[in-house]
Amino acid sequence: MDLFIINVIDGLIYGLLLFMLSSGLTLIFSMMGVLNLSHAAFYMLGAYLAYQISIITGFWVGLIVAPLLVTILGAAVERYGLRRVHQYGHVPELIFTFGLFFVIEELVQYIWGRSMVNYNSPESLDFIAFNLAGGSIPAYKVFMLLVSVGIFVALYYVLARTRVGMIIQAALSYPKTVEALGHNVPLVFMGVFGVGTGLAGLAGVIAGPSLTTFPGMAFLLGSIVFVCVVVGGLGSLSGAFIASLLIGWLQTFAASYNVGAGDILIALGYEYPKDIYYHPWRDLWTLTLPQIGPILPYILLVLVLVFRPNGLFGKRES
Amino acid sequence: MACLVRGSLKRKIMNNIIQKSALSAYVPWVVSAIVLSILPFIFTGGGAITIMNQIGITIVLAMSYNMLLGQGGMLSFGHAVYMGIGGFVAVHVMNIVENESLWLPLPLLPLVGGLVGLGFATIIGSFSTRKAGTVFAMISLGIGELIAACCIIITVFFGGEEGISGDRTMAPPTFGIEFITQKEVYFLIAFWVLISVFCMYLFTQTPVGKMANAVRDNPERAEFVGYSMRWVRFVSFCAAGFFAGIAGALFAINYEILTEQNLNLNMSFQVLLATYIGGVGFFLGPIFGAILFTLLQTVIGLQTDLWALYTGIVFILMVMFLPAGLTGLFAMHLIPMQLGRLGMLVRPYAKIFIPGLAFLIGSIALIELINHARHHGEEQFMTLFWIEFDTKSFLPWIVFTLMVVVGFYISRIIAREVTEAWGEATFVEGERR
Amino acid sequence: MKIFKKLTAMVMATGVFIGSSAFADTVKIAFIDPLSGPFATQGSNGLAEWKYAVETLVNENGGVLGGKKMEVVALDNKMDGKESLVQVQVAIDQGIRFIAQGNSSGIANAITDMVKKHNKRNPDKRVIFLNYSAVDPALTNDKCNFWHFRFDANADIKMDAITDVIAQVPSIKKMYLIGQDYSFGKAVAAAAEKYLAEKTSIEIVGNELHPIGKVKDFTPYARKILASGADAVITGNWGADMVNLGKSLKESGFDKPVYCYYCAAVGITGTFGAAGNGMLHLVGEGLHNPSPSAAFTEYHKGFKAKYPKWDLSQPRIINATQMLAKAIEEAGSATDMVAVANALEGMEFDSKILNTKVIMRAKDHQAIQNMHVAIHTDDVDIDYDNSGYGMKIFKTVEMASMDSPTTCKMKRP
Repeated sequence: MDLFIINVIDGLIYGLLLFMLSSGLTLIFSMMGVLNLSHAAFYMLGAYLAYQISIITGFWVGLIVAPLLVTILGAAVERYGLRRVHQYGHVPELIFTFGLFFVIEELVQYIWGRSMVNYNSPESLDFIAFNLAGGSIPAYKVFMLLVSVGIFVALYYVLARTRVGMIIQAALSYPKTVEALGHNVPLVFMGVFGVGTGLAGLAGVIAGPSLTTFPGMAFLLGSIVFVCVVVGGLGSLSGAFIASLLIGWLQTFAASYNVGAGDILIALGYEYPKDIYYHPWRDLWTLTLPQIGPILPYILLVLVLVFRPNGLFGKRES
Repeated sequence: MACLVRGSLKRKIMNNIIQKSALSAYVPWVVSAIVLSILPFIFTGGGAITIMNQIGITIVLAMSYNMLLGQGGMLSFGHAVYMGIGGFVAVHVMNIVENESLWLPLPLLPLVGGLVGLGFATIIGSFSTRKAGTVFAMISLGIGELIAACCIIITVFFGGEEGISGDRTMAPPTFGIEFITQKEVYFLIAFWVLISVFCMYLFTQTPVGKMANAVRDNPERAEFVGYSMRWVRFVSFCAAGFFAGIAGALFAINYEILTEQNLNLNMSFQVLLATYIGGVGFFLGPIFGAILFTLLQTVIGLQTDLWALYTGIVFILMVMFLPAGLTGLFAMHLIPMQLGRLGMLVRPYAKIFIPGLAFLIGSIALIELINHARHHGEEQFMTLFWIEFDTKSFLPWIVFTLMVVVGFYISRIIAREVTEAWGEATFVEGERR
Repeated sequence: MKIFKKLTAMVMATGVFIGSSAFADTVKIAFIDPLSGPFATQGSNGLAEWKYAVETLVNENGGVLGGKKMEVVALDNKMDGKESLVQVQVAIDQGIRFIAQGNSSGIANAITDMVKKHNKRNPDKRVIFLNYSAVDPALTNDKCNFWHFRFDANADIKMDAITDVIAQVPSIKKMYLIGQDYSFGKAVAAAAEKYLAEKTSIEIVGNELHPIGKVKDFTPYARKILASGADAVITGNWGADMVNLGKSLKESGFDKPVYCYYCAAVGITGTFGAAGNGMLHLVGEGLHNPSPSAAFTEYHKGFKAKYPKWDLSQPRIINATQMLAKAIEEAGSATDMVAVANALEGMEFDSKILNTKVIMRAKDHQAIQNMHVAIHTDDVDIDYDNSGYGMKIFKTVEMASMDSPTTCKMKRP
């Protein structure tokens, strides 16, 4: 039971981190109808920029400046890249963001080298927040939790309560009408893409010290973010929120409990094979939950897409 | 310039040239066959033949991928899966043949791979082709990740990360050939490349193949004709799986080993890169993409550790400025050629060539210089474009920066001239400019 | 015409499209490892070590066979199996007879398989595979062959040394095994189970594999390890999987030893910094705090002067270079691969630099040498990653696993 509680907390922290990424992705998709495949690359960029800034000025300046830089970069990408490709159609847009992923990933390695960098949490957060069930929760994790929750609240407030949010939501469904009303829709697009990638950058800044800042970080987290937004329903912010938490817990719990297929098979009445190394079903007998934990989200992804192509909470046709 | 290609009349001219006059005759096929059989006697080194074998495999794979992306408008992130599965089964069959429990000459092995690819694509396609666009792309991504993960877990079939290896020479000899040398394998691959490309061409001429284009361009209208979009996508998907399986078996024959790396996401990404660079809108586009991509990876990769960066930049520039890919660039020139005005372009092209080249060389050199200074600072000398120089002196920096700035400036001025000449050369009576 | 000539020269200079003949005046070693992409750090570090070893230990001492220089030709395999095989073929085509590779046992397995077939089919162009780092035991057991030589200790030998050390730590009662889910990770787990049972009464409270390079957050694993009450952890993890595991353990409050195979250098030592103090216990050959000899101190100084960014993280490259040079001298030829392989087989070599004897065991081509277990600390003379932290030896096992059995049934030409 103790382990259960601590896993709930760990999964929550991880899930909220995923949400920070998937919220930006969802925002961009619902605005522009394009799934930004380079999203995780901006996450990586945020971490590396923050690392560079933290060397000079310390962690806290990086926390503010790096996401802003990523926002500006993201806006520039929309203005000078995506907008141009938009005229060719939908698939070229996807392909453009896909290529962007590669270029950013290579550029980061070009600038910062190919080995992992020493980007650490600030010393002021280098203490144990509280102990629980024999395990400790570091203060930095609590900080991550607070930032993620803050982002969620702020996003919700902006979209639902402010004028800008109204325009964004309106432009979402009736871009032509909104433009006719005198709003600058291209500017809104640019802003949304910038903010969306900026959120990914922020996720990178706060995840970098905890999950290690290294060249493979974008690839590692890349596809799982798509799972979050697709399972939640493309374009649905609350869907992305729930899906992110779901996947955070799914992965945490799958890693935590060593349920073996062998035990289940024995419980079902099958007999454990004597010479397991040469048995044709040896892979099934030795399979454990942590082994398949990281691929569970993809099973979920395929199942959801097959049976509910719009996702669990999605409304919008893609 | 890219948008010029979109003119409907011009497109029609181009399509006429490409589809009708070029490939339906037997001449190009005979010529390709002759060229393919001469190539290994021109490039004789075993390394060169290995690279050509690799190019051949990539051609089949990229062409099959283009059946999805170029012909059917389906963006897949998991195409390597069908190649991988086909290849794995091919290796297993190779091993069964080695144990003499099955009689199968090696040249027929690709057929086995193809049928396996087809079978697997039929299963996956039955649910993944229901929708196109983002949903299809995401399912392909999920399937790709799943199969790659299974590859590590199910060691009985996939052999874990070490993969499964076989021996091609143990098959019964075909006309006395045992496929020991790289050259013998080259001819086998060349034969299958030709056959596959020809069959894929035939596919585009079938009603389903033609409808695939229609579904890609305008799904609603295509539906009105009475074809089910889903059925068309499904058939294209299965056919693509078949040819990917052939590529997998060719891979198995050439390398005699298959591993998880053959079907993971990274491999699927490479297929997409290669195909797109070549040009997805044209039937023959992926061939050029496969050649260029393999050379970038294998030959340029020996010269610089930044090959992936260059590939990425070329790719992005292609998507932005040349969405029809390399072949699109050639194909664009068919219009002035048809109009007999190709000569008008020679002069401006010749004028822009030198400053353009200076700009290109200067930029690459600067990128390499910075990379060298930042990551290989311990070595004083570096070689660029076969010239060795001292990186600690300022001279190369100044020279290359000048090349970039001056080259760019002059190119920009001449670019206007090129655009004007282009406009004149492609001017068609009755079409708005 | 002139331009045409120049162009031809350019194409030829790439050296790929022409089958250049074997260069009579140099003995070339093809170094095939990742030099681009996320694993390039490991590859580039190894390349620097090879280049420096060949330059200072062979060429500056007059080369081999009466003045022939040795040369390392770097070929980038991008950590990809297919690309590795292409590059081996390119190397063979350039007349190179020695292939050096180390990163990833999967790739080593593909190469050894290819070399075996190639040598059988092309007896006049045989090559030798110098495996300097891939440690999957299968390579010198079931999958062994005459052309493959391993200069690193394999996973079993390393585990033998680790468990020798663990057996002497009375406070360790419960052990947790965690590793990446592939052949090497499984080999580590199997060896740990076997040796712990043989030598100690330690209880194994956890034995699990996680997908390689797929785990984003190791916190749940760390919680589980903590909850199991383990007194120590053994892991074969490398790269980001190692760093993330270690960091998560530290964050979760685990303050006990972690015995590891790849928890130093190539950025890992620098990333851990103070967090690794007293936690990371590295097993390896040729570790160097304190320095094994005056010659080594000098060698290291020279290396650092030339390659300030890199470390001598794989000292076996020194042995591999010297033993290869010695074998070529003994064989009297750098092209008769059977003679060179026969000279390497069973070779007993006294390394003055690393202060150890190295025996290339004839029955499986596995190098036997002194093994060390070292601990992560800032109290070192020679650091890694220029971080001030390094690995300090606290236990040496001489000629580890000298008589260990092998299932190798080698076919000799």
